[in-house]
Amino acid sequence: MDLDTITAVLAPRGSDDIPEWREGDAWLAGGTWLFSQPQPGLTRLIDLAGLGWPAIERDAETLSLSATCTIAELDRHEWPAAWIAAPLVGQCCRALLGSFKIWNRATVGGNLCMALPAGPMIALTAALDGSCVIRGPDGAERRLSVLDFVLGPQETALRSGEILRRIAMPAAALRRRTAFRRISLSPNGRSGALTIGTRDAEGFALTVTASTPRPCQLRFPGVPEAAELQAALHAAIPDDGWYDDVHGAPDWRAHVTGLLAEEIRQELSL
Amino acid sequence: MRLTVNGQAQDATVRPGQCLRTLLRDLGWFGVKKGCDAGDCGACTVHLDGEPIHSCLLPAHRAEGHSITTIEGLAGPCAPGSTPPDQLHPMQAGFVAAQGFQCGFCTPGMIMTAAALDQGQRQDLATALKGNLCRCTGYRAIRDAVAGIGHAAAADAHEPVGCSLPAPASLGIVSGRTAYTLDRAMPGLLHLKVLRSPHAHAEILSIDRTAALAVPGVVAVLTHEDAPQARFSTGRHEDPRDDAADTRVLDPVIRFIGQRVAAVVAESEAAAQAGLRALRVEYRLRPAVFDPEEALRPDAPLVHDPADRTPGADAPPLHPHPNLAAEAHGEVGDVEAGFASAHRIYEAEYVSQRVQHAHLETHAAIGWRDEAGRLTLRASTQVPFLTRDALCALFDLPRDQVRVVCGRVGGGFGGKQEMLVEDLVTLAVLKTGRPVKYETTRTENFSAATTRHPMRVRVKIGAAADGRLTAISLKVLSNTGAYGNHAGGVLHHGCNESIAAYACPNKRVEGYAAYTHTLPAGAFRGYGLSQAIFAVESAMDELARDLGIDPFDMRRRNAVRPGDPLVSTSLEPHDVRYGSYGLDQCLDRAQAALAADPGAAPPGPDWLVGQGMAMAMIDTVPPRGHFAHAGIRLEADGTYALSVGTAEFGNGTSTVHGQIAAQALGTTPDRIRLIQADTDAVAHDTGAYGSTGTVVAGQANFLASSALAQKLREAAAEKTGADPTACRLTRDSVATPTRLVPLAELAEGGAMAAEGRADGTPRSVAFNVQAFRVAVHPQTGEVRILKSIQAADAGTVINPMQCRGQVEGGVAQALGAALYENLRLEPDGSVLTATFRNYHIPACADVPDTQVIFADTHDSVGPLGAKSMSESPFNPVAAALGNAIRDATGARLTATPFAPDRIFRAVMDAQA
Repeated sequence: MDLDTITAVLAPRGSDDIPEWREGDAWLAGGTWLFSQPQPGLTRLIDLAGLGWPAIERDAETLSLSATCTIAELDRHEWPAAWIAAPLVGQCCRALLGSFKIWNRATVGGNLCMALPAGPMIALTAALDGSCVIRGPDGAERRLSVLDFVLGPQETALRSGEILRRIAMPAAALRRRTAFRRISLSPNGRSGALTIGTRDAEGFALTVTASTPRPCQLRFPGVPEAAELQAALHAAIPDDGWYDDVHGAPDWRAHVTGLLAEEIRQELSL
Repeated sequence: MRLTVNGQAQDATVRPGQCLRTLLRDLGWFGVKKGCDAGDCGACTVHLDGEPIHSCLLPAHRAEGHSITTIEGLAGPCAPGSTPPDQLHPMQAGFVAAQGFQCGFCTPGMIMTAAALDQGQRQDLATALKGNLCRCTGYRAIRDAVAGIGHAAAADAHEPVGCSLPAPASLGIVSGRTAYTLDRAMPGLLHLKVLRSPHAHAEILSIDRTAALAVPGVVAVLTHEDAPQARFSTGRHEDPRDDAADTRVLDPVIRFIGQRVAAVVAESEAAAQAGLRALRVEYRLRPAVFDPEEALRPDAPLVHDPADRTPGADAPPLHPHPNLAAEAHGEVGDVEAGFASAHRIYEAEYVSQRVQHAHLETHAAIGWRDEAGRLTLRASTQVPFLTRDALCALFDLPRDQVRVVCGRVGGGFGGKQEMLVEDLVTLAVLKTGRPVKYETTRTENFSAATTRHPMRVRVKIGAAADGRLTAISLKVLSNTGAYGNHAGGVLHHGCNESIAAYACPNKRVEGYAAYTHTLPAGAFRGYGLSQAIFAVESAMDELARDLGIDPFDMRRRNAVRPGDPLVSTSLEPHDVRYGSYGLDQCLDRAQAALAADPGAAPPGPDWLVGQGMAMAMIDTVPPRGHFAHAGIRLEADGTYALSVGTAEFGNGTSTVHGQIAAQALGTTPDRIRLIQADTDAVAHDTGAYGSTGTVVAGQANFLASSALAQKLREAAAEKTGADPTACRLTRDSVATPTRLVPLAELAEGGAMAAEGRADGTPRSVAFNVQAFRVAVHPQTGEVRILKSIQAADAGTVINPMQCRGQVEGGVAQALGAALYENLRLEPDGSVLTATFRNYHIPACADVPDTQVIFADTHDSVGPLGAKSMSESPFNPVAAALGNAIRDATGARLTATPFAPDRIFRAVMDAQA
C-alpha cells in the first residue's frame, strides 16, 4: 500500500553512501512487510537495493547470506553435495506464509529483522548455527548469534541506526543430518510450530520456532531418549512460555511441539 | 520516471512511499485490483520484467526503467482504455472456457499468477496459488481453468435454458476491461477518509478540526454537527421499517471500536490521512458490554438510549430491556408433552462464531452531481434502489434527484445489503459540491463493516424409539453488535426453515438478539440459518446415533414432504408452498455417492476416518415483500435490450437473465443486451439478496420477455395476414406461414417493448444435503476432507455450470467458517483479526472438490421451473462436517471453527 507519510526515498549506491540515520527512517529491503501495513511513524526510506551486496557467498568454511538475498535466490541456489543439510533451505522457504511471488522480493534479512515467531529464515539460520553480522552507523561490525538476535515478536537486538549486513553459517552445520517438521492451523497457513533437528558426531540439537516467542535451541551430546527430550523441552520452555496469537493457542503449540520433537528424534535416531 | 507498461512507454510522477499498484491505476490500468493492499490476496498481481509480483508491495520507484505487464496487456501490447484483444492469452481463454470466476474481482491477479507458472507449479496449485484468494468459486473452476478443462457452451446456443452458457462479461473480466465500482477516472475527484473510534463506548465532547483544515489539500471535515439528525439502519429491506432506525451518519455517541468519528475530504488520499491525524477529539468514556448474555443483565451498560431508536418491525423486542434488539417467540403443539413422550432426548448448546464476508472488492462508492445537478452514486451494492430510497429519506431529497448505479460488483454475500459508505459520500458531495470517492481498506472491512451474527443456540430434540421426532425446542441468543441492522430478520429466519424442515407436531422457539458494544453484525449468506442448522442437524445426528438409525434415514423419517404443513412455530397462513420437492432425491443421491466413492486416502495410517451428513431447507424468496421490474425492447437492429434492476456481483444472474429472455423470445442470448443495476433502468427492484436474483427478477424478465414475444408474433401476423398462433419467433425474425419477417423490420413500425413485474410471492422451498468423509489426526486435531458431496434441489437448473459454481462456492465459504475463520475481538472489543494474514479465508489448498449433484425437479412457482440456489449451499456444511468428525473421533464438537488448536483436546479425550 502507499506509505503516505514518506517524504523521501534515499538510494545509496554503496556502503560509504549510506545516509546518517534519523528518527523516522526505515531500511527498505524487499518491502514485502514494510508496504503491507500502514507505517505512520516513518518519514524516509533508505533503499538497500543499490548497495549491490552479493546474495550468497560461500567457501569451504562458511556460508554467508546477504541480508538482501531474496527467498527466491536462496531457494534456487545449488549447494555442494556434501552439504546434506541443504534440503532445509527449500523446506524453510516453503514454510514462508507468502507465495512464490513474495519470494521474488522478500529477503532473508527482512525475515530475521521482522522477528516473527514463525519467520522461517530465523528457523533455518538458527538451526544452522547462524550468526548475524551487524553494521553500525560508524561502519563498524559486530556479531550476534541468530538466537540472540531475535529477542521476541517483532523485537531484535538491532540498535538505532544499525543494519543487518549478512548471516554467516559454518559449513560444518551444513554437513549435518537434519529433520524438519512444521504444523499450522490450515495446510499452508502460518506456522504454529516449526522445529528442526540436526545431528552429527558432535551431538543432536533441536531448534524450536513459531511455537515460542523467540527461537529456542536444545543441545544434547547424542540423540536423547524420548523422555529426556520431553523433559528438556519442559525445562527450557515454561508452561507460560508458549506463543499465543491467532495462529495457534499456546496449549496446542506446546502439545504439537512435543509431538514434532519426538518425530524428529525418531527420524534422526535411525 | 519512465517505465514501460504493456508495451507503452509511460512517464509517471512517483510519490515517495507510493506502491506500484496505485501508480498503475493512476496511469489508467484499472485491471490492477485492490483486494487487501497488503500482499495477501494477489488481486494486484502484475509481471515485472516477466516475473509475477504483488504490485501493492513493490515500491513504485523500483519500477523505473522496467517493463510491466498487467492483465490488460497479457495478450499483447495495448493502450489504457483499449478494447479487449482479438486473441486472448491461453490462460485467459482457459478462464473463459472453465468459467474460473464468479464476481471476477480476483481474476486478473489469478490469471497473471497462473500465466507465470511452470509445468511443475501447475501440478501443485495448492502451493502455487497460495498467494491468490478467491471468495466466490471454491477454486475447482480455477483449477480446471489452469488445467485447460473447459465447460462453457457456445454463446449462440438455441434452447438456452439448461445450457452451460458463459457469463456475458467473460471477455471483459479475463482481459481486465470490465469496470468495477472504482475503475473509473474522474477529474477533480476528492478522497474521503474516516477517523474511527478507539473506544467502545464514549461520548464525543469535542472535535477540533482547525489543524486538519490547515493541512494542504484538505477540503472539508465532516462531524456529527454536519450530519442529518435522522436515524436509519444500514441494513436494507423492501420495507425500511423492518430494521431498527438506530444509526446516524455521524453520531456524537460511539458504540463500538471502529465506529465513524469524523471524515476528512481532501484532494488526495494522503492529504485526507494527514487530516485525520490532525483531528483532535475529546471523548468522555462510558462503560461497555461485549457479551450478549451480560448485555441482558439488569445492570448492564446500555448501548442505546431507548428514546433514540425506533425498534425494527421484523421480530421486534417484547421485553423491556433496552439492550434487546429483537425477539422471536413461538410455539406449536405441546412441547413439554412432546418431550415427556420421547424415548430419547438430546440437548446441547451450539456456538457459531463471528465471521466476515471478505468479498474481494471492499465497500466503496464514488458520488458526484451530474450535468443536470442530480446526485449520482456509483456504489458497490446489492441494493441500488433501496440505497437510493434510503438516501432520499435521510437527506430529504426527491427520488428523481438521486441516481444509484453499480459497475460490476466484486462480491457481496449479503455484506452489500447494507448502506455502509453511500451515506457518507452523499454528505461529502452535498457539502463540497465536488465528486468524492470513498474506498474502504481491508482493515476497515474487517473491523468496522458487518459480520455474520455470532449465535448461541440451545437445541433440545426428543424422538420416539422409531426415530420420529416428538418435540423440538430452540433457545437462541444472537449478538447484533452496536446496531440492529438485520437483527430481527436474521433471528426470525434462523429459527424458521431450520425447524420447519421437520414434520414434528411440537415446536418452540425462544430467540433474543442483544445489542453489545461490538462491531455490528448484518446480513450474510444463509441469514441465520447456518447457525441454527448447525445446532439442529448436529442434534439430529446425535439422536440418530443414540437410536441406532442411519442419519440419512433419520431425515427420511422426519423431514417434511408434500402435504405436510410448512410450520416452524406459527400456524398463521403464509405463502410458502411445495412448488416442487427434491429432498428425497437429494438424500438418496448424496448417500449413494458417499457409498460409491470413499474419496482420497487419509494422510497417514494413524488418522481417524469417519463420515457425516446434514440437510437444509430454505424458502426460495425472503418474506415481507420482494419486488422486481423488468423491461425489454426490440432495438432497431433486431436485437433486444433488457433492463433489470439487479446487480451482478458473481451471482451469475446476468447470464441467467440472457438465457431466460432468449428462451422466451426464441432467440439466442448473444442477441440480448443487458442494462442493469441502475435506478434509471426500471421502476423498482428490491435487490439481489435472499437468493432472489433468478427467482424474482428472473420472473419479471420472463413475464416481460413473454409479453414482448406475444406482441412480436401479433405484429408479424398483422403484417402478413397470418394467425398469430401460426407465427413463431426465431433468432432474428418471426416465422409466419408466408414468410420470415425480420425483427429489424418489426422495429421500424415503432417502439416494441414490454414490461414485467414480480412480487416475490408465492414462495417455494429448496433443499441441500451435504455429506463428508473426513480424516482427523488423533493428536494434532488436523482435519482433512477426503470426500465432499452436495446434492441440491434447485428446480430447473437454468445454467448447470453456474449453479454448480454457486454450490461449490457456498461449500467453500462454509468450510472457511467451519474450519478456520474467526473474527476475534480483544478484551476491549477491538478486532484482532483485521487482515487476511490473521483472518484465514480458504485458499486453494484448503478446499477439496465437491461433487455436486442436482435433483431432477421442476418448480411450479419459480421462473421456468427454477428455484434459488445461492445462500442455501452454505447452510448444512458445518453440521455435516461436525457429524463426520464425531463419526471419526467420537468427539461431538459444539463450537465452530473446528480448528486444530480448538479441537485437539476433545479429540484426544474422546479417544482416551
